[in-house]
Amino acid sequence: MSAAQSALPISMRGITKRYGPVSVLADLDLDVAPGEFLTLLGPSGSGKTTLLMIIAGFVRANAGSVKVGGEEIITMPPHKRNIGMVFQNYALFPHMNVFQNIAFPLKQRRVGAKETATKVGRALELVQLSGLGDRRVDQLSGGQRQRVALARAIVFEPRIVLMDEPLSALDKSLREHMQIELRSLHRRLGMTTVYVTHDQREAITMSDRIAVMNNGRIEQLDRPEALYARPKTKFVASFIGESNFIPVECKDGAVWYDGQRLQTTSELPSAGQHWLVARPEKVRVAGGASNLNGANVLQAVVRDVVYQGDSFLCYAVLAGGEQIALRDYCRSDVLSLIPSAGAQIRLQIPAEDTTVVTER
Amino acid sequence: MYSDQALPISHWRRSWLYVTGGLVLVYLIGPSLIIVPMSFSGSTLLQFPPQSWSLRWYEAYFGSVEWRDATIVSVKVAVMTTLVATPIGTAAAYAINSGVLRFSGFIQTLLTATLIIPVILVGIGTFFLYAKLGLNNTLTGLVIAHTVQALPLVVLTVLSGFRTYDMNQERVARSLGANRFAAFWQVTVPQIRFSIVSGALFAFITSFDEVVVALFISGGETTTLTRRMFTALRDQVDPTIAAISTCLIVLSVLLLTLAQLLGRRRS
Amino acid sequence: MTAQVADMGVLADRGALNSARLTQDARRESLTFLALCSPGLILVGLIIVLPIGWLFWLSFFDESGALSGANYARFFEQRSYVRTFITTFQVAFLVTGLTVLIGYPLSYMLSQISRRAAAICMIFVILPFWTSVLVRTYAWLVILQRKGLVNTWLMDLGVIDQPLPLAHNFTGVIIGMTHILLPFMVLPLYGSMKSIDTDYLRAGMNLGASPTATFWQIFFPLSLPGLAAGIIMVFVLCLGFFVTPALMGGGNVIMWAMRMEQTTSLYANWGAGSALGVVLLAVTLGLLALFHRLMGARATSVWGG
Repeated sequence: MSAAQSALPISMRGITKRYGPVSVLADLDLDVAPGEFLTLLGPSGSGKTTLLMIIAGFVRANAGSVKVGGEEIITMPPHKRNIGMVFQNYALFPHMNVFQNIAFPLKQRRVGAKETATKVGRALELVQLSGLGDRRVDQLSGGQRQRVALARAIVFEPRIVLMDEPLSALDKSLREHMQIELRSLHRRLGMTTVYVTHDQREAITMSDRIAVMNNGRIEQLDRPEALYARPKTKFVASFIGESNFIPVECKDGAVWYDGQRLQTTSELPSAGQHWLVARPEKVRVAGGASNLNGANVLQAVVRDVVYQGDSFLCYAVLAGGEQIALRDYCRSDVLSLIPSAGAQIRLQIPAEDTTVVTER
Repeated sequence: MYSDQALPISHWRRSWLYVTGGLVLVYLIGPSLIIVPMSFSGSTLLQFPPQSWSLRWYEAYFGSVEWRDATIVSVKVAVMTTLVATPIGTAAAYAINSGVLRFSGFIQTLLTATLIIPVILVGIGTFFLYAKLGLNNTLTGLVIAHTVQALPLVVLTVLSGFRTYDMNQERVARSLGANRFAAFWQVTVPQIRFSIVSGALFAFITSFDEVVVALFISGGETTTLTRRMFTALRDQVDPTIAAISTCLIVLSVLLLTLAQLLGRRRS
Repeated sequence: MTAQVADMGVLADRGALNSARLTQDARRESLTFLALCSPGLILVGLIIVLPIGWLFWLSFFDESGALSGANYARFFEQRSYVRTFITTFQVAFLVTGLTVLIGYPLSYMLSQISRRAAAICMIFVILPFWTSVLVRTYAWLVILQRKGLVNTWLMDLGVIDQPLPLAHNFTGVIIGMTHILLPFMVLPLYGSMKSIDTDYLRAGMNLGASPTATFWQIFFPLSLPGLAAGIIMVFVLCLGFFVTPALMGGGNVIMWAMRMEQTTSLYANWGAGSALGVVLLAVTLGLLALFHRLMGARATSVWGG
């Protein structure tokens, strides 16, 4: 069951899906590297589940190509694709026990009884459910069902594994636990995995790369750190983490806000109206005179300060009326710099922590 | 268990409601119940309660070749109708439920149309058609006509079974290597089998109790039980019919109990 | 759902990969599913659509085989037809009214008692529903006829000297049909009453409405979809009802369906019988269409539940 050496790449080209006049996926290309854990992240209606269903064969695209290890699968019926799939609600067969559920794909492949027992046993071990083969499905907890569904999806050594929001039915602490477990299982087995979620935190925790989807297109495909640090569009910046958006104008190779030139290490898009993104935890209070000649200092008026125990959030309004959030830990040196609501404040955004993004 | 939902009105103030409701329930069930003891009456006069008890009307029923033959015809037709209507209705319900067909709503309306079309019109129409095809007074003709009558119930019952069934089950089975039919047979059928059996029971009783269409298209050697009863009732009120009616009531009770038990297991 | 319109013109350069094959697959799949429905559709086409269409066609020809509207004109000219229609609608209105009158309190009671008690009472509604119409009509004949139970009891008690004419007439038809059609009223009514959230009623009472006012201003309006469904169902079934009036009417109450049977079986006048059938079907479908128009989406929820 160690598939690391035999993991296959997935290559999608020109995937198009329409429902009547509504376009759900528009000419989409996506490559998944062998053994990669790639997450499709997006709000509902972004087309992420449709794309997953097209790979699995339950939704028929209008056009496009899906190749796994060079073999075209988009015209194959689902049962010949050799894809392990985990559904949101697990879809365990209630009329079979745990063993029978996991043995189901082997039975379809006419695997002998002895080999089946060995493989199911190994799969159960892998998901830490050894000895529970005789249990009925309704005797299992949510986390256990999740593991059975997983074992069933990998027991037949599929070419790739697809997961459609598999953790969304679990409560928060179990979900976080399972994220780590799924991640380490993937590391051990090394199967090419496509994972769908709308939870950006989950995507960041688990993925090698994330494809952020919106309106049937991939807005950005990148490693989690890069997505967070260098979003390319306003949508990506707002969907992943919290962001402040400052409307800026790009001209003459520089960025301008309200007549003030701002420094940034970000690549600049073409001239025009864009947005400067700054994460709340990167915004600082410019204290005393020492920092005054630093770059990117903006005048603002404090509107509200919200204490959140370990940290606080300060909302301030810029000269142009835009609201800026600032987050920092509740340390006395920082707190002492925060004036009360209505007072003037100077905010500083380090050039290396800014990104200029386009509207879309 | 329900008291938390009840309104703050005392039961006493609502006694009129319980009395009225109770009377209506008696009106509903009374006639059927009265028939049962009367069928064991010893006299030719239908009395309630009977003055003397005997099984003579059951002997008259089972002893009569005509009644026996009619019963056999009815059972044959009902069994064959069940065997034909159940797979046809289940297949149609599966297709309607799949969402693949563009006109599935229209197809469902067509397949369940017999529920709203006046039966008398179906009877006359079928008779007219069968006259051209030579199907009047044949078992085949009866089975075809009754299948159409039973189809809506099978389709609707199986569709309601699909409504509580998670189609992802079948999808996951297919992703795990089962073709569509294997997935349906190994995963879907075991989970909707109670709906299918309920549909089959409804099909059986629909055919067995059907009168109006049979009135037109059955006769001679293929006279159904209900058709013979209808003719007998038009002439006079024969106490033998009390015995037959009791048998039919018992049959209904049995089938309904079975359907209820299956329904409970389904949920 | 995204709201982008499809014509983006992006497929031109790459020639829409595999699109021909995918379109073909989609077509094959819908043909397979159509094939699954086809046995049922063929049977319905054979037994329902074809003969009824044929009768429709026949209704426009008179007995000599010439195209004419005589079969329809007859309805207005011959008094016996007019009487049949009047009787049919009289019965339909009376029976519908009676089922509302006794079905509403029963459904209301069922919706107010405990779930378990309601389940037991429902057996009383469902069992007759699944008992042969013939058996139930027979029971009423036994109860209501000249020497039937009611008359025997009343005479034994000395209440009456002469048997009351309860069967083989209009009264008998009404009593029998009300009994047989009552479940069609109770089932949708109970369904819609059951779905009324008791919190509304509680809120009404907390706001100071009396129980009577709460009933009429909150409960009753919320039960209307079920009531409407029951009314339309019972009325439509009444129009085409055959067995009970044929047996309980004793030849004195000729309803629409009986007139159809007589014209075709007795007089073999297919044109006239067909015309009756066409109008009956048109009225039935018209009423159902009207109902769906009036109730809109709510109708489907009532029928579905």
